Formats: sequence, structure tokens, C-alpha cells
Amino acid sequence: MKLSRKKRRLWIVVLAGLGLGTATALTLTAFQDNLVFFLAPSEIAARNPGPERAFRLGGLVEAGSLVKNTTPDGRPEARFRVTDGPATVPVTYVGVLPDLFREGQGVVTLGKLSPDGEFRASEVLARHDETYMPPEVADALKRTGHWDPKEGAPPPAASWNTMQPAPVRQGS
Amino acid sequence: MRGVSTPAPSSPRPLAATAPRGGGGLHRFANPGRFLRLTDRLLPWLWALAVAVTGAGAAWALFFSPPDWQQGETVRIMYVHVPMAWLAMGGYAGLAVASLMSLIWRHPLADVAARELSPVGAMVTALCLATGSLWGRPMWGTWWAWDARMTSVLVLFFLWVGHAALVRAFDEEERGARAGAILALIGAINLPVIKWSVDWFNTLHQSASVTRISAPGMHVDMLYPLLVCALGFTLLFAALVLARVRAAVMEKRLRQMQLAQARRQEGAA
Repeated sequence: MKLSRKKRRLWIVVLAGLGLGTATALTLTAFQDNLVFFLAPSEIAARNPGPERAFRLGGLVEAGSLVKNTTPDGRPEARFRVTDGPATVPVTYVGVLPDLFREGQGVVTLGKLSPDGEFRASEVLARHDETYMPPEVADALKRTGHWDPKEGAPPPAASWNTMQPAPVRQGS
Repeated sequence: MRGVSTPAPSSPRPLAATAPRGGGGLHRFANPGRFLRLTDRLLPWLWALAVAVTGAGAAWALFFSPPDWQQGETVRIMYVHVPMAWLAMGGYAGLAVASLMSLIWRHPLADVAARELSPVGAMVTALCLATGSLWGRPMWGTWWAWDARMTSVLVLFFLWVGHAALVRAFDEEERGARAGAILALIGAINLPVIKWSVDWFNTLHQSASVTRISAPGMHVDMLYPLLVCALGFTLLFAALVLARVRAAVMEKRLRQMQLAQARRQEGAA
């Protein structure tokens, strides 16, 4: 049986698509370990980047760990611990922290691990999680003890995404 | 709004001789004459609806939705950024479908649609990147990071621009359309990579908030204006692309008529 030209073109496209898809999937799987934007604290021991190599460290800022100072030459300095649960790494950073930076928030810091186990960051980026919440709702959750932002992610979205607490805000 | 005057509905010359006439299924819309007649009636309504919905969505998002508890008013960038990201990817899926139709069934309108789609898609993707950058500077603390999500969207932008340039790079239009269709289909592999980049790799970019409509990680006071904005921008995108395709079909007809006229004059001389 001879295929019509349209059928033949369809098959060529389908086969090429399958081949390309497989190749991409294989490549991405092979590179999955290298395509990381940051390492979590518990991955550092396994990867052991050494003191010379700069890398990004990512995780949550541990509750109660943030200490802000001023360096002798008047620049702001921050000390905090980054955790992913099983492991924690102390971080020092001299510079201005981004707006979203707070305890319990995700951060990605770029720097080097010094021999004493302290991570000296030259750049701190705040991560935003996927929650979008009006201030009244966040206040209500905090007031009723359902959520302490310092401890990390908010409760499941279904419990608050239709909540309509009385507005506490003043003005507009 | 339409700018170009409509030719007489009984215009005798079809765009291409291969256009099947009166056929069933998808081929019904492959006829440029029918496309022109249909969009002539549809487009004014589409423009009106698009402007109304976008206006309503913008007003809701800018004035009547709450700020975010930690982003403050900066959250309002999301009402442009997210629809642009959805359109960049949805539009590219449309380009891939048009390319398939062009390669396999040789639809006369699919080539025109693909050619007119890519500049609009490039613009939408650029707006997505620009608004994301403007949001990232105050929130993350950086304009840009080479994480998997941002890099793959930048690749999408290059694909759009590359397609727009490639289809216009040949003297023979059909060869440009063929090359563009192949590029568009190869590039379509990028769509699932963008979508799941935030789940497969650890990225600076957050993962999706609006995944299932039942449990979005976004309060409904922000979700509803976002959905209205997305609908409005989508209608605008559709109207813009349809208007461009109309103009291109008419341009092509005009050129064919001028060519025919020139030939007649030559014959008479």
C-alpha cells in the first residue's frame, strides 16, 4: 500500500517529534544534577564544593537566627542560618538585603564556604513562594495562630484562599 | 479599527488554487475568502470585547484588588506578567499547530497565520521578561538570574524573533514558510521545559500559583482580577493577530491583482 503524501508528511513529523522529544528528555535527565541554580545545605556535604569554589546556597532563613550589625566602615552586615530541615549552614553577608528577606523566607545566596564551615555570601537573593495573600488574611492567620511566617510556608491554600476577614487597614 | 477597506465580497480570485472549496471539517476555514468574510463581521465585536474586558480587568487589578502581605503594591506587576507568560506559551502552541497544518496539509492560511503570529508573540514574550525583571529587582534583589525558568523563557523569546526573521528571509515566500514551520516545531519542545522547569530544577523563580482552579495558592481577591486580565489580554492578542492576518491576505490579493493587471496591459500593448 502506498501512503498518500499527506499521510507520509504526517508520519515524518510525528517520528521527528518523537525523536526530538526523547533526545530532549534524555539530555535533561542527564543534566538534571548539573542544571541546579543552588545547592541545599544537606547537599553540600555530598557535593563538597571546597573552600575555593563559589556556589549558590539555597534554603529557608532559620527562625530566630537573623542578627543585623554594622561593619566598622558603616556597611550593613547580616548573620543568619540557612536550613533545609536536615542540615543548617551559618551565613554572613555584608550589603543590603532584598525587600522580601525575612526569617522563614526562602533565600539563594552566592558565596564561598570558609574552612570554619561558615558561608561568606557576596550576594543574597530572596525567593518568593507561590502564595499571594492580602495583608488582612495574613494577619488573621497569624492572630488565630494558624501560621507563623517565621516557621516557613503557610497552611494549605484551600484553608485561606477564600477567607474574608474584616479589614484592619486604615485609609484607602 | 480595521484600517484597510474590505474588497467586494464576490472577489473572484482565491488566494491559492489549492484551497479546497466547500470542503468539510477544518478545510472550511482554510479558504481565505471565507476567512475574510467571517473576520469582517467578527473583528469589530472582538476588538470591542477585548478593550472592555482588558479595561475592566486593569481597573480591578490596579484599584480594587488588595496588595500582597509582603510584596505590597508590587504584586500588581503580576496582573501583566502572568497573562503575558501564558500568552507567550499559548501563542507558541498556536504557532506550532499552524506549522503542523502548513507542513502536513499545506493550508494556505496556516503560513500567513504563522508569519503574522510571531512578531506579536515576540512582543508578548518581551513584555513577560521585562515585567518579570522589574518585579525581580525589588523582590528578589536582582534584575535577572540564569535559572532554568528564566533561561528557558529567554530561549522562547529568541525562538519567536528567530521565526519572525526566518520566514521573511527568503525571496520565495513558500520556502521561508517551510523553514519557519520546521523551526517552530523544533522549538515547541521548549514549552514543556518552560512549564515544568520550576518543578524539575531548583530555580529562583517560584512555582506556579494557579495550578488547579480548586486550590490555587493565591487569594480569590487576586485570582479573579488576574483571570479577567488574562482573558482581556488573550482577546486583544487574538484581535491583533486576526487583524494582521486579514491585512496580509488582502495585501496578497492586491499584489495578485496588480500582477494580473500588468500582464493584461502587457498583452494589450
